[in-house]
Amino acid sequence: MADLLARTRESVLWPVRAYVLLAWTWCRALAQYPASLVMMTLSTALGAFAEMGAVFVVFGHAGEVSGFGMAEGLLIAGMATTAFACADMVMGMVEVLGRHIRTGSLDVMLVRPVPPLVQMATDRFAPRRLGRIVPGSAVTVVALAACDIDWSAGKVLMLPVLLVSATAIGCAVWIIGACLQFFVADAREAANSVTYGGQALTEYPMAIYPKNVVRAATFVLPLAFVTWQPALYLLDRPDPTGLPESLRFATPFVAVALCAVAGACWRFGLRHYRSTGS
Amino acid sequence: MRVYLAVYALGLHRYSTYRVATIAGIFTNAVFGAINAAVMLALFSVRPEINGYDAGDAVTQVFVGQALIGMVAIMGPPLELGERVRSGAVATDMLRPVSMMGWWLADDMGRATFNLVFRGVPTFAVGLVLFDLVVPSEPGRWAIALVSFVLAALVSFALRYLYELAGFWLMDSTGIWAVAGLLGPVAAGMLIPLPLFPPAVADVLRVLPWASIAQIPAEVFLGKESLPGGSPLGGLALQAAWAAALLALGARVTSHATRKVVVQGG
Repeated sequence: MADLLARTRESVLWPVRAYVLLAWTWCRALAQYPASLVMMTLSTALGAFAEMGAVFVVFGHAGEVSGFGMAEGLLIAGMATTAFACADMVMGMVEVLGRHIRTGSLDVMLVRPVPPLVQMATDRFAPRRLGRIVPGSAVTVVALAACDIDWSAGKVLMLPVLLVSATAIGCAVWIIGACLQFFVADAREAANSVTYGGQALTEYPMAIYPKNVVRAATFVLPLAFVTWQPALYLLDRPDPTGLPESLRFATPFVAVALCAVAGACWRFGLRHYRSTGS
Repeated sequence: MRVYLAVYALGLHRYSTYRVATIAGIFTNAVFGAINAAVMLALFSVRPEINGYDAGDAVTQVFVGQALIGMVAIMGPPLELGERVRSGAVATDMLRPVSMMGWWLADDMGRATFNLVFRGVPTFAVGLVLFDLVVPSEPGRWAIALVSFVLAALVSFALRYLYELAGFWLMDSTGIWAVAGLLGPVAAGMLIPLPLFPPAVADVLRVLPWASIAQIPAEVFLGKESLPGGSPLGGLALQAAWAAALLALGARVTSHATRKVVVQGG
């Protein structure tokens, strides 16, 4: 029994340790060019500010969109930027799966004693993506302070849970998008529509989209749980799109379920993978 | 001249082989177009008119922008020239008895033509199905819009060529792309239409070369009076001026770069 427990612990811990080790290796490699790293990080931050700036401009003109004002709008945009930036940092590199298949580097990964998903996610790990996470969190914190939120112990405790769930949903979306390339190696850009497109979609209150889009983003690809349902929960708002209010409490469970789906997709793809042989 | 035509044809042919990638690109551009259009509709349902733009103008510009993204490649992919400068393969390019800029221009125009026809047109068609877009009524305005798109491709080539030439001095154009790939789309009016910015900012951005890649073509397509000279022809003149100036600069920098080039051994 103790042996089984130790083995299980090892099988969970080893991928995490390998991930941290490999990611740290890349960080140290990139730190050899500090000026370049700093400039890349700053330009990434600039991009994040530009995207959230667009939200600022829209709410600046409109004042209120579907009952959401500037502070609420920036809260949603800040959460979307933070969650997708975290997911991009942790899992974003899987999007070049097609390239790994074409060049045969996936074959190399398969024979190494580290899970291929870990190897792929840490390949060219980019610490410059912190440049998106910092502005995203800053805007989220400022917006949280500016919004009229009825704080309770439960909400304070839920805040990190919501962030982790949103990041997990983002990671799962990245993996599912990448898995398409197991079957269609050139389809990399289609994944952008759910990854970067997912971020664009979740940057605004979902109420601005047509009802069937909101339903698809809730029940088919649950992007609504990245920012929309968490925001409704934090702000104590009724759902203007008319979906059940209990949905907002489902966020962590949706994250776990979607990660399971992503894991299944990855294993299915890997089982059906045939090397290009070059 | 024949050699440039051949390079153009090869560029066209080469991109036409990536069929699945093209379909994936159309899908992604259409999704981004639909998301941005929904945001514009939500905004304009509150404020029906902002700095001379209404909902139809904004949604049309969103889809003109998405239709042009593949052609102007403002967010990448970079010209292969950059990688060849880094690896030293550019020395082979210089041995050719043709102008280096002409060679890459012909290759990129082949890519641009393919992307405009097979990626831009379907993306815009999706927009037409999903939203009420404003479309020119007379054939003459379509012709003017087409000229504007061609000029946009030229300006965008000249800018990307200059980004890559910077690699002769910096060794690597990745840093340039990190900045230009993010700020280019903002200054071009692809993130949000420039009229939504404060008028003072919009007026400055409008005369910069990036606006000639998306904002000016969109306004030409819409027949806006906010263009220089108050007519689409003024917009074309601005674009043509930028294309000429940037291509001239590109030619000049090329001769400087080729004189200083030191191919690292290997």
